[in-house]
Amino acid sequence: MARNHPKNSLPGLKDIFRGTLPNGITVLARSNFNSPSISINGYIPAGALFESDDKLGLADFVSSSLMRGTQTYTFDGLYNELESVGASMGFDSGVHNTNFGGRSLAEDLPLLLKLLSDSLRTPTFPAHEIEKLRSQLLTGLGIRAQDTSDMAALKFDQLLYEGHPYSRPGDGFVETIQAITRDDLEQFHRLHFGPRGMVIAIVGAIDPKKAFDAVGRVLGDWQVEGQVEAPVLPPLKPIQETVKSHHPLAGKSQSDIIMGVMGPRRNDDDYYAASLANSVLGQFGMMGRIGEVVREKSGLAYYAYSSLSAGMGPGSWEVSAGVNPKNVKKTIDLITKELKRFIKDGVTKEELADSQANYIGRLPLSFESNGGVAGSLINMERYGLGLDFYQRYEDIIRNVSRADVVEAARKYIDPDALVIATSGP
Amino acid sequence: MTNQITQVVLKNGLKVMLKEIHTAPIISSWVWYRVGSKDETTGKTGISHWVEHMQFKGTKKFPAGLLDKAISREGGSWNAFTFLDWTTYFETMPADKIDLALRLEADRMKNSLFNEEEVASERTVIISEREGHENEPMFRLGEAIQQTAFRVHPYHHEVIGDMADLHTITREDLYRHYRTYYVPNNAVMAVAGDFETKSMLKRIKELFEKIPAGKPVPRLKRVEPEQAGEVKLSVEGPGETTYLQVSYRFPNATHKDFFSLAVLDSLLAGASNLNMFGGGISHKTSRLYRALVDKEFAVSISGGATVTIDPFVYSFNLTVHPNRTPEETLAALDAELKKIQEELASPEEIARAIKQARAIFAYGSENITNQAFWMGFAEMFATYDWFITYLNKLAKVTPQEIQRVALKYFQPKSRVVGTYIPTSKEA
Repeated sequence: MARNHPKNSLPGLKDIFRGTLPNGITVLARSNFNSPSISINGYIPAGALFESDDKLGLADFVSSSLMRGTQTYTFDGLYNELESVGASMGFDSGVHNTNFGGRSLAEDLPLLLKLLSDSLRTPTFPAHEIEKLRSQLLTGLGIRAQDTSDMAALKFDQLLYEGHPYSRPGDGFVETIQAITRDDLEQFHRLHFGPRGMVIAIVGAIDPKKAFDAVGRVLGDWQVEGQVEAPVLPPLKPIQETVKSHHPLAGKSQSDIIMGVMGPRRNDDDYYAASLANSVLGQFGMMGRIGEVVREKSGLAYYAYSSLSAGMGPGSWEVSAGVNPKNVKKTIDLITKELKRFIKDGVTKEELADSQANYIGRLPLSFESNGGVAGSLINMERYGLGLDFYQRYEDIIRNVSRADVVEAARKYIDPDALVIATSGP
Repeated sequence: MTNQITQVVLKNGLKVMLKEIHTAPIISSWVWYRVGSKDETTGKTGISHWVEHMQFKGTKKFPAGLLDKAISREGGSWNAFTFLDWTTYFETMPADKIDLALRLEADRMKNSLFNEEEVASERTVIISEREGHENEPMFRLGEAIQQTAFRVHPYHHEVIGDMADLHTITREDLYRHYRTYYVPNNAVMAVAGDFETKSMLKRIKELFEKIPAGKPVPRLKRVEPEQAGEVKLSVEGPGETTYLQVSYRFPNATHKDFFSLAVLDSLLAGASNLNMFGGGISHKTSRLYRALVDKEFAVSISGGATVTIDPFVYSFNLTVHPNRTPEETLAALDAELKKIQEELASPEEIARAIKQARAIFAYGSENITNQAFWMGFAEMFATYDWFITYLNKLAKVTPQEIQRVALKYFQPKSRVVGTYIPTSKEA
């Protein structure tokens, strides 16, 4: 009884506009006139990779400062323009990139782009705003220090990626946030912010070519001399045997467990096999096999699942659970046993078919909102997937075999060489 | 976006609301039951939420475990929520797969098993869910405020329930609650998306109309007496951050003052986002952000009303700035409230609030799941009309009205002030 066919609704060559401005900015755009709103999404290659160990959190601090004052606007003035029309915009940073996102009614896109351009190009880092922000960041770290899940994640990354930039928390530590000066912020911006490598996606009630032109008008003349290239990442040290770390937090009624291994890069050949393996392990249905043994059968946790985060470099493949402090060991043993079974027996034909059907069937849902489409366009660009990616997607998923899945699971998961981080009483 | 919908009441009392949206090959189906934590007596708190969990534990036709897999296999997404006043279940599916969701919901309206072993394993899952909440300072503080603000009215406990009851509620209790409230005459079905109304209605009738109506459901009618003076409380716990929650008694969603208060909320704390899916906006130029966060009395501030059937509370949540005492932060909040009680807001400020609300509605309408959500949600405490006339009603609010409701509702004598005092803070 449906009027639309799922395949016709997926973004593709026929409806994605892609263009590059002379200064190197890549623009992607797609129309959706069903709602009078638009979303933007994008990044520039200025992330935490560039930080030194004693100034951890610098990229994050810079991204939080961009809207705190520009050559044209004060902090309050900028947000007043934005919020008066019900628009929003924000920046954050990851290891590789500083990311941005925003939304507005379509009629306000020119304003949104102007504010984006101002924030990227002419932030002034006013001293009093920086100090206000610093105390907010420090309060955030104080809250993080009391959060069992945040602290388990922090310990997990430190152990898994020891000696590598991926081991470092993006929001830094109290000492490093205190050590960052206004000059550091200004210098980071000067050296790393520029049009080269910048990508922006615009989705919503606008003609794609008009969106491209609108970006050109505000960012087309941005030129930066000597925008520094990202450093080459050091090699990662493989984990040889299981390592554990516990971060004690007194007075908590629940402990968090994160245990896992290093996974593939997004562009590795076995990424899809690993991703489908992860779906069977801890996602499909009610949190996959992990959910089945930890939650459904044992009643040990409200949440217990696995996740695979693959990016430019090797991501982590981890199992997370929140349990009563007295059940921590029992849960770890249960999950370890399940991992052993997983790499020994692999997945059944039915399990793989289920997850493949889920991956393919859920696509239309992931494109329900403009933000969802914009995020997908950004991923297509970042990982060079091609504008016809979603037309090829079904074949890519269907071509993964049971043998591929078990091979990927065995390659990455060694139940005797796990990183296990916990936090709680 | 159009707001045209079809509304039909089936012979067994089930209300059906349908909205065709042909923008994407998706259908979102919601079943709402008029039962929530306000229908729970002492000793049985948390039972509505627990019943919601049991609804995922299988029927004869769809045994436990098969349900999740069946929905996931088709690429669907589903979930359920229990609130003070209602419990709801939704599935958003590729349009050609929606029949599975309809069959599943019709089946579990009546045929859930509530197997004894599943009840036992879910007991510890829910206890674990509560323990996770207890890790959060704001949960502990919010719970203390709620039980203080409501001594008589059943809004006095958290939806998750009290630990004591989670240990003692039995399978029979759960099943009785299910059979009492999960009847078609106590339910609303809302479906939006890529379908033809005529055939969708026909299919819904086939599946649901044969479910017999139940007895009229019982309701607790215990009105909270008027508060006679400000109440202050504190909660101590681990942490290094001090939090403040200030809760004022607030009217229900259909009260004539509600829309004036919605504009007032927007001015003070920033436009509230009532969408369940699809976005709100930042609030860095609200009056309270400027007066409290910019001036470093607080690190963050948020405010918002809860849309309820009976009068509930409006709460300000503040993270106290490390260099301030909670008393200083509260005084700064009070000064700002006094200002809006004494000086008229400008028409421009009101126009701004309306534009913000319009944008938030537009963001919400990108999403079919959210459009289906709104139909049933509005029906729980008012009618769909409440939703479609919302912006018009905001537009009628005057500066005088805002001043009047600010004076009427934001009085210290009708508030509860709670402070979370961190015990790990270094002196």
